[in-house]
Amino acid sequence: MLRYLLGRLWQSLILLVLVSMIGFAVLNLAPGGPLSQYALTPGMTQETLDRIAEQMGLNRPLPIQYLDWLWHLLQGDWGRSYRDSQPVLGIITGHLFATLLLMGSSTVLSIAVGTWVGIKGATKRYSIFDYSATVGAMVALSIPTFWFGLVAIYVFSLELKWLPAGNMYTIGNGSISDYAIHLIMPTVVLALVNVAVWSRYMRTATLDVINQDFVRTAKAKGLSERRVLMKHVIGNALLPMITLAGLQLPTILGGALVTETVFTWPGMGRLFLDSLGYNDYPVVMGLLMFSAILVLFGSLIADLLVAFVDPRIRLS
Amino acid sequence: MSAIVSVPGSGKSHWWQSRTFRRFARHRLAMIGLIMITVLTLACVIGPYLLPFDELYIDLRARFAPPLTGYHIFGTDPLGRDLAARLFMAGRISLLVGFFAMLLSTIIGTVIGVCAGYYGGRIGAALMRFVDAFLSFPSIFLLLALAAFIKPSPFMITVIIAVTSWMEIARIVEAEVRSLRERDFVLAARMLGLSNSWIMFRELLPNAIGPIIVAATLTVARAILLEAYVSFLGYGIQPPLPSWGNMLNGAQQYLDRAPWLAIVPGVAITLAVTSFNFIGDGLRDALDARSDLN
Repeated sequence: MLRYLLGRLWQSLILLVLVSMIGFAVLNLAPGGPLSQYALTPGMTQETLDRIAEQMGLNRPLPIQYLDWLWHLLQGDWGRSYRDSQPVLGIITGHLFATLLLMGSSTVLSIAVGTWVGIKGATKRYSIFDYSATVGAMVALSIPTFWFGLVAIYVFSLELKWLPAGNMYTIGNGSISDYAIHLIMPTVVLALVNVAVWSRYMRTATLDVINQDFVRTAKAKGLSERRVLMKHVIGNALLPMITLAGLQLPTILGGALVTETVFTWPGMGRLFLDSLGYNDYPVVMGLLMFSAILVLFGSLIADLLVAFVDPRIRLS
Repeated sequence: MSAIVSVPGSGKSHWWQSRTFRRFARHRLAMIGLIMITVLTLACVIGPYLLPFDELYIDLRARFAPPLTGYHIFGTDPLGRDLAARLFMAGRISLLVGFFAMLLSTIIGTVIGVCAGYYGGRIGAALMRFVDAFLSFPSIFLLLALAAFIKPSPFMITVIIAVTSWMEIARIVEAEVRSLRERDFVLAARMLGLSNSWIMFRELLPNAIGPIIVAATLTVARAILLEAYVSFLGYGIQPPLPSWGNMLNGAQQYLDRAPWLAIVPGVAITLAVTSFNFIGDGLRDALDARSDLN
């Protein structure tokens, strides 16, 4: 167990280094590199640019620059926004809550619905329900999230006027129920893709478990179908789902970005697009790195959770 | 394709007689997908010649015409341009970007996967960790950052989409090649003195063609979606060149007045992507030799 834990931690560390290298490479792809913001200043000369480059240490060899950048990153110094000179890390964590709220509620919804659809599909294999769930999942995976959002706004906000078309709360209100009403549509829109993925995997996992010897034994003991399902099948089928939840994190985060844009949700995704619009590269880069770290952290937690829950790993 | 799945002793047979092809032809969803994408592609290729409107022709008297107004079957946009003409021209761009992004990402993924699987050891591990690192970024974040930094043209968008979606194929190819690396036929090829690259691409790679075709088909679906996302957000294909994604870009502000602006291109995207997902699913079932045993 300890060996596994250390191995997994070491792996995450290596990935973190590789992720930072990719991030640094992307940063240097920015037009004019990190100097681009100064190049736009009226009356800027090449001489002054060179001097700024020297002050910022941009004339040093790239590997040195990279290590320096990484060192600051590790200390929590992620640079300052070009827009309002606020520290990047502070801006990002300020938008974290809205995104986590959206991702959290959407994940809960998709796990609940996906688990139910997956188990029902597996136990009633090749039924009409199973078939339509399979086709439905494939269609759901093909619908662009933002377009689904637009259609939802058109139907539920503009035509039926049931739900607000955007934002996280009404200005001057901000009660829990107000938050909840604003949360409904983005949550469902973001959950669509994940319900599809989750139900597919849950179906496969349930089928795997159903065909195992211990399930046959449980049935042979005379347990009812329902009891076998509740006590022996679901728990075991959910185990690989923890890993899947970790693997799905980049997709959910990416989906959150698009969903936030459509619903003017004040999270990291909106911040990312706003920053792109202002050429605010430090914030863009910060968000890129932050999301990758969030994903690495999430999959690490998922793996540790599996190791903790699964006796085959825990006791090895 | 028949060579991959031909059964020993089946003698000389045509590809359409192969079990794989027959299984694929029997797959109802795959056939639906094939028909949908054929119709859609034909509409995009031929459609613009049949319509009496140019996709860039601005007619301010015909602004916001709802669908089925005169010859405007899908209506017009805020500038009075015919939506059908724009949709078909946009389809050309979106489908081409999707296809070439698939081609490029398949090449990148295959080369990296074959190298990682064949050499294994440190090189293989390093390459695969690199794949993992790429997968840690939400692809839309990476895609948008790159698209904002690099001047977007249809060519560059294709490259950027490919750069952010080759990892799946690399993983599939690596696993396949790694499992075959120690087989006797590879040993024989080595003893014959064949070069590493010959063994990698002529001996090992053909064995992975099935999974690669499936993954490539699903990558077209993914690439069309990604193009739609970046273009919708304003960093993809730039107007006046229409794409399905950028047609939706301005649609949100006219949602109450002209909902067809949002609905029509969205349906086109969904149809195209669904088609490729259906076809990919059919290919997976057809190429999986085990599916006959069930």
